[in-house]
Amino acid sequence: MTDQLVQQIVNGLLIGFIYSLIAIGLTLIWGVMNIVNFAHGDFLMLGMFTSFWLYTLYGVDPLFSIPVCTVLLFILGLLIYRFIVSKVMKGPMLAQLVVTFGISIFLANLAVFLWTPDFRLIEKPLLHGTWDIGDIKLSVPKFVSTIGSVIVSLFVFLFLKRTKTGKAILATEMDREAALLMGINTERINSISFALGSALVGIAGAFLSTYYYIYPQVGGTFGLIAFCVVALGGFGSIEGAFIAGIIVGLAQTLGGFFIDPAYKYAIVFLIYLITVWIRPQGLLGW
Amino acid sequence: MRNLTFKQISSGIGVLILLILFPLVFQKPFPQHVMILVFMFGMMAVAWNIMGGYAGMFSFGQVAFFGIGAYTSSFLLITYHINPWLGLVVGGLIAALVAAAIGYPCSNLRGHYFAIASIAFGEIVRTHFNNWKLVGAAEGMTLPMLEESFRNFMFHSSKLPYYYIMLAFLIISLVVCYIVATSKMGYYFRAIKESHDVAKVLGINVVWYRLIAIMISAFLTAMAGTFYAQYVLYLDPESVLILPISIQIVLISMLGGAGSIMGPVIGAAILMPVSEITRVMLGHKGTGIDMIIYGALITLISVYQPKGVWGLFSNIGKRAK
Amino acid sequence: MKKTPFLEVNGVTKRFGGLFANDNIDFTVEEREIVSIIGPNGAGKSTLFNCVTGFYHPNSGKISFLGEDITGYRADKICKMGVARTFQIVQIISDMTVLENAVTGALLRFNKIQPAVEKAEEVLTFTGLIEKKGLLVTQITIADKKKLEVSMALATQPRLLMLDESMAGLTRVELRGMIDLIKKVRDKGITLVVVEHVMEAVMEISDRVIVLNSGRKIMEGSPQEVVVNREVIQAYLGEKYNVVSS
Repeated sequence: MTDQLVQQIVNGLLIGFIYSLIAIGLTLIWGVMNIVNFAHGDFLMLGMFTSFWLYTLYGVDPLFSIPVCTVLLFILGLLIYRFIVSKVMKGPMLAQLVVTFGISIFLANLAVFLWTPDFRLIEKPLLHGTWDIGDIKLSVPKFVSTIGSVIVSLFVFLFLKRTKTGKAILATEMDREAALLMGINTERINSISFALGSALVGIAGAFLSTYYYIYPQVGGTFGLIAFCVVALGGFGSIEGAFIAGIIVGLAQTLGGFFIDPAYKYAIVFLIYLITVWIRPQGLLGW
Repeated sequence: MRNLTFKQISSGIGVLILLILFPLVFQKPFPQHVMILVFMFGMMAVAWNIMGGYAGMFSFGQVAFFGIGAYTSSFLLITYHINPWLGLVVGGLIAALVAAAIGYPCSNLRGHYFAIASIAFGEIVRTHFNNWKLVGAAEGMTLPMLEESFRNFMFHSSKLPYYYIMLAFLIISLVVCYIVATSKMGYYFRAIKESHDVAKVLGINVVWYRLIAIMISAFLTAMAGTFYAQYVLYLDPESVLILPISIQIVLISMLGGAGSIMGPVIGAAILMPVSEITRVMLGHKGTGIDMIIYGALITLISVYQPKGVWGLFSNIGKRAK
Repeated sequence: MKKTPFLEVNGVTKRFGGLFANDNIDFTVEEREIVSIIGPNGAGKSTLFNCVTGFYHPNSGKISFLGEDITGYRADKICKMGVARTFQIVQIISDMTVLENAVTGALLRFNKIQPAVEKAEEVLTFTGLIEKKGLLVTQITIADKKKLEVSMALATQPRLLMLDESMAGLTRVELRGMIDLIKKVRDKGITLVVVEHVMEAVMEISDRVIVLNSGRKIMEGSPQEVVVNREVIQAYLGEKYNVVSS
């Protein structure tokens, strides 16, 4: 019994750090521009497919496709921001909400059209297999992905705190008007943040592709979970997103373990509701 | 009460006459089915509009009320042989209660936060019904084939009665919306939509009025759910509780013009035929082309005409007096 | 017998974390007075407004209006009791016309639209906005928006009107208009508490002035007394400046 419990904790942590990375991308966009990207999960899907096709067509291991995913999704984020999202920023709230839904539906079904709705899997990534630690099974690709996510999260953290652009992003998040007054080009920061957030979730997609099923609709659930993580961590807080990702991952697996696996996502949504009811600023938000 | 102009009344009656004659002229089931969908989604869009377009609560979880309505009346019919018209009312009341229960703690949520809460709510409801043995869990429920009659709310030989019933439901929802929009409630909803501070400072009990908006919206949406169950005679979570239905409702309202009475109906009149026809022509192969067009359409409308079709007309009509 | 006090603020304290935005504030307002609250930026004036009108709940202290303890009451309830207010950043309803905005305020006292419209038009005539009643809010000037906000507050038929920096950003002409309006409001029997920075207006309209600094009340008195008070001058200009006797 305890072994199963430990297994669930391990699984929860493994998926949790991936959630953290996905959420960091989302909270960046949300914190800087105050817009929810409902297509965030679909960017994840595109990252996963990029990795899959590079593997299937050219034999590139998912881990090595990370640079490609990063660049591709960064550019996609940039384009989508410049040509679509930036135009609704001044529009009514309803338009801001709906536009990324539109993008989401478009991308998910474009994927269906291009690649069929079939489920794909990368059978044998470079780092594969399972480690047995006592009775605990540790999937190697999951473990590598988790470590990778942590490393990328750390890089993002350092980027934001140490580089000039990074600090400008944080400043814009904290107080947009003040940032403008300080001479920061907030429009440019918007583009960079949107692109960066997209790139990060693309990387997460590459990591996920090493063990998760790849299919056009995969973005849906991950996107929704990402909102819950961001809310729990505090909108705009990178550290918050990181911690909240772990909590949500654990809540999901442990909730599924103790209550019912079918309810594991419902539990995550319940966490979102309770967070916004009781502590709207999340754990670390302002 | 805002006075309707002679032009508005006469054009309304004109359209009504056309709609009444429509199924007598177009007697094939497909066009009638499309119009039934127009009325059904039109009704749900009108219901959404009351809480969204007017009161500013942009819900992406309306499907939960649709499902609650459908499941309640169907369950009562199947298990206790309770008349579906009674089931309709019960379903509406339960939906309204659930709406109040979820709406109350969300009273301070606006914009994106409220939207996500509504999605979370919808998904929790779906998950719950998906695992609830009492209502068939993932397999859903099949309604019994009762003798065809108005009393039984069931017709087998023709879609015509369904057509007129759904049209009547739509008209009811429009009347409700009209009453709300032209009353004190309408002004108060619009104040709440602007900001909670403005509303409070004018003495408006924000929590109370938000709940009323949600409850009215939920009741009407649940009515549509009962109709669906009686029309299709089968329901499961994948057909009555999925997020895409909620999104569709929002889109229709926005396309037609949120915040106006007729806007959502116009939106349904445009979108439902387009989506049905493209689905039949392009979608059945599973290629997703119809949805690609759909997604692109939504994106373009959000960017270039977020006030919808009605917004086009009101720009022409509204000048400084 | 002691007259029921109109507005009484006793020992009101409002903390945000470690910061005392309002620290043990005491004052009363008599009916039909015009009381101005002044103080440098960050003194806690808007916080005080928010505490009195129910937008904040004070951490300690008591606020009573017409003899009733309203501490911690909901903002809309306090409005119903007869306390109306405006905000520093104008709060009006942007996709409505001027008239519709006023009607929304008037509806507090009516259930039907028609009488509310009549009341609203009466108020708009009083404030001088009646000519613009059909204009969308997006089509009027900032001065008119401020007037509209006051109109909406007046439409709720208050006994106490609290104005938060209603003169900010106005031209000389617009200022005169607002000052005259305030006097007209008082003549109608409505008591006013006004947060202001524009000292000429304060001098002209106030029966009494209350001075806040760093969350505390540092002085209270007639406008003439306050303006030469050493502590008040130091609060605005700093330690270096001495009182210059005229």
